[in-house]
Amino acid sequence: MSKHTLSVLVENKPGVLARIAALFSRRGFNIDSLAVGPTEHPEISRMTVVVDVDALPLEQVTKQLNKLVEVLKVVELEPTASVQREILLVKVRTDLHSRSHVLETVQLFRAKVVDVASDTLTIEVTGNRDKLAAFLEVLEPFGVKELVQSGMVAIGRGSRSITDRALRSA
Amino acid sequence: MSDTRTTPAPSPSQVAQKAQQAQQEARAKTPIEVTGAQSLVLSLEAVDVDTVFGIPGGAILPAYDPLLDSVKVRHILVRHEQGAGHAAEGYASATGKVGVCMATSGPGATNLVTAIADAYMDSVPIVAITGQVSSASIGTDAFQEADIRGITMPITKHNYLVTDASQIPRVIAEAFHIASTGRPGPVLVDISKDALQARTTFSWPPKFDLPGYRPVARPHTKQIREAARLIAAAKRPVFYVGGGVIRGNASDALREFVELTQIPVVTTLMARGAVADSHPLHLGMPGMHGSVAAVTALQKSDLLITLGARFDDRVTGQLSTFATGAKVIHADIDPAEISKNRTADVPIVGDVLEVIADLHTAVAADIAAGKSGDYAAWRGQTAGWKADFPLGYTTPEGGEAVSPQHVIERIGAIAGPEAVYVAGVGQHQMWAAQFVQYERPNAWLNSGGLGTMGYAVPAAMGAKVAQPDRTVWAIDGDGCFQMTNQELATCVINNIPIKVAIINNSSLGMVRQWQSLFYNQRYSNTDLHTSVGSRIPDFVKLADAYGCAGLRCERPEDIDATIKAAMEINDRPVVVDFVVHRDAMVWPMVPAGVSNDAIQVAKDTAPQWDREEDEATAQPEDADNSETTGAESADGK
Repeated sequence: MSKHTLSVLVENKPGVLARIAALFSRRGFNIDSLAVGPTEHPEISRMTVVVDVDALPLEQVTKQLNKLVEVLKVVELEPTASVQREILLVKVRTDLHSRSHVLETVQLFRAKVVDVASDTLTIEVTGNRDKLAAFLEVLEPFGVKELVQSGMVAIGRGSRSITDRALRSA
Repeated sequence: MSDTRTTPAPSPSQVAQKAQQAQQEARAKTPIEVTGAQSLVLSLEAVDVDTVFGIPGGAILPAYDPLLDSVKVRHILVRHEQGAGHAAEGYASATGKVGVCMATSGPGATNLVTAIADAYMDSVPIVAITGQVSSASIGTDAFQEADIRGITMPITKHNYLVTDASQIPRVIAEAFHIASTGRPGPVLVDISKDALQARTTFSWPPKFDLPGYRPVARPHTKQIREAARLIAAAKRPVFYVGGGVIRGNASDALREFVELTQIPVVTTLMARGAVADSHPLHLGMPGMHGSVAAVTALQKSDLLITLGARFDDRVTGQLSTFATGAKVIHADIDPAEISKNRTADVPIVGDVLEVIADLHTAVAADIAAGKSGDYAAWRGQTAGWKADFPLGYTTPEGGEAVSPQHVIERIGAIAGPEAVYVAGVGQHQMWAAQFVQYERPNAWLNSGGLGTMGYAVPAAMGAKVAQPDRTVWAIDGDGCFQMTNQELATCVINNIPIKVAIINNSSLGMVRQWQSLFYNQRYSNTDLHTSVGSRIPDFVKLADAYGCAGLRCERPEDIDATIKAAMEINDRPVVVDFVVHRDAMVWPMVPAGVSNDAIQVAKDTAPQWDREEDEATAQPEDADNSETTGAESADGK
């Protein structure tokens, strides 16, 4: 199995997320991460879905997605030809002694402290999977009290836009 | 929940006048002031619906009031919503038009679910209209509330929840467009009660735009050329024809193409009649209960020309051993079917009628250029299998018991190719697929993909409504019949004189067959007591109670006379209780999960191959000792 990132342009209509999530579960495809949000066109939403499948079942995933009436376009984004980002918010235990070490790590990863309490720091960091994993590994020894992570969003490199083309064909 | 205010019933002339006015106004595209419910009925009229099968209830009640005024739409009140759903399927399958069913919210809607799932599996164009609780109550667990849109998401081609009356014409137009184009399928439209009651305007045609729905109809020229090249180069090609050819109205075009190429044909369970059974190149049905010739031809083929078929497990058997020497041309209107189970060498996405037309042109050009394939030896070989291994059955010793196959064979012979045959699911279904001779498309209706017991009676009812001049025979089992026979009441009251042949072996026959073969004759919960020992119910008395004609046949010598008597009765439905012997089995058979090479023509009996070239055929495993095949008991229905 390998991970694939799909950008799915959908009509911004009620129930479309349920439709797509249900399709994945019904056909036995595992969603690794899912992020949904608006695009530059108010009537179109964009989902970034990371699926864990081999190449052949992946073809089924995209074909089945394309069969949904509200799906306008499905594009696979190759990691090398796209920018992929996730956001992580993490609450780390700190005391007088460890705080400066944590802040140093924040600097190193170009992360940001977004909230401070007497015994914790809440840190925001964006990046690709590997960077977030590395960041967490460094923070782990200090004591992670809570963390939340977004699904991945991704966009192709270069000047071409997949939404332009979706609208033209529409 | 009848809290809707109703006006006094208008006279028929008032109704007609009103409807005509509405139509004229609609034609003029001038928006007229109506309720959401009136807008729904006007929309149904505008898409040429002539029949709706349904049952009213609280949430859908507003829609039933203007329905009473419609002179174009006939509503047939069924006895269970599942019956409405299958009737819509039968109507659609017999004619190719969109079938329509209607139900109220909650249990009314959930009762449609089986029929909708059935239509989804067999690509039947139906539109289901359901009432929903008022939009303000949605999500509050209101009385008779069920999220039918959520429930039917995985079993519809598309579905809608409408809470705004002004959207009704657009949604109905879209629903009928989606159901009937591309790969056909069921579409559900759930309309909240307040949307049905609200004031709105109606105008037709509504504007709609479905940017995400663009079915590809034109096949790719390059793929057509490549397919033609493979056809010319093949030595052992076979047309593997599926239900898509029937749904795509491509039977005539296919027959001409078959005659041009002289390539043998197999027709799947869903495609029976796509090429006439009497055609010399037709080898029969492939699959688990297919003919030896059809199954073997696919296995030994070097090129499968697949048209509107989907490599279902019931056709391929163990997929890895299916037609291993064959290249695959796979044409389907649904891109997701291509290379889903079997990788296609030449994938062709398109409308099967256009695919066949383009292939015909390409192959005809090749033939004209002297590049025609030579399949004479292969044709001879397949014809040999067809002659050596015809479908058959053994009659029980003593000659006193009735053979189910004999009954079905005689019904087919007496009712003829213009009749419509509708089966339930199980042994009788397989025998009806094997022993009725199908000469035209849409003459054979059955539940293939979902395997829905109880399909036959309501689907036959729908077919008879659509084509009142045809004889419609439901060939049903004693188990299936008891699941939906309440629709006999609908048939009697609405003058829908279907004929029902109950192939009564007093058991869930197909499950019993599997228990005989794979579970050491341990008959767990398959005895229905409908003829052996007791008659519960007595089907003749049941028919009588419904106002149908009830006949019974228990001796082989009475079969023809009974069928002829049933054919004579056309003023009411006829139910014939054919009491047959319970140990008859469906043969040939490929046990589930094994290679099609292991086809058996009778218990533990492989075909006796006389021809030298067939010696490579593997000997079958002993089915009784096959644990893996026996585990699939759920398939035995």
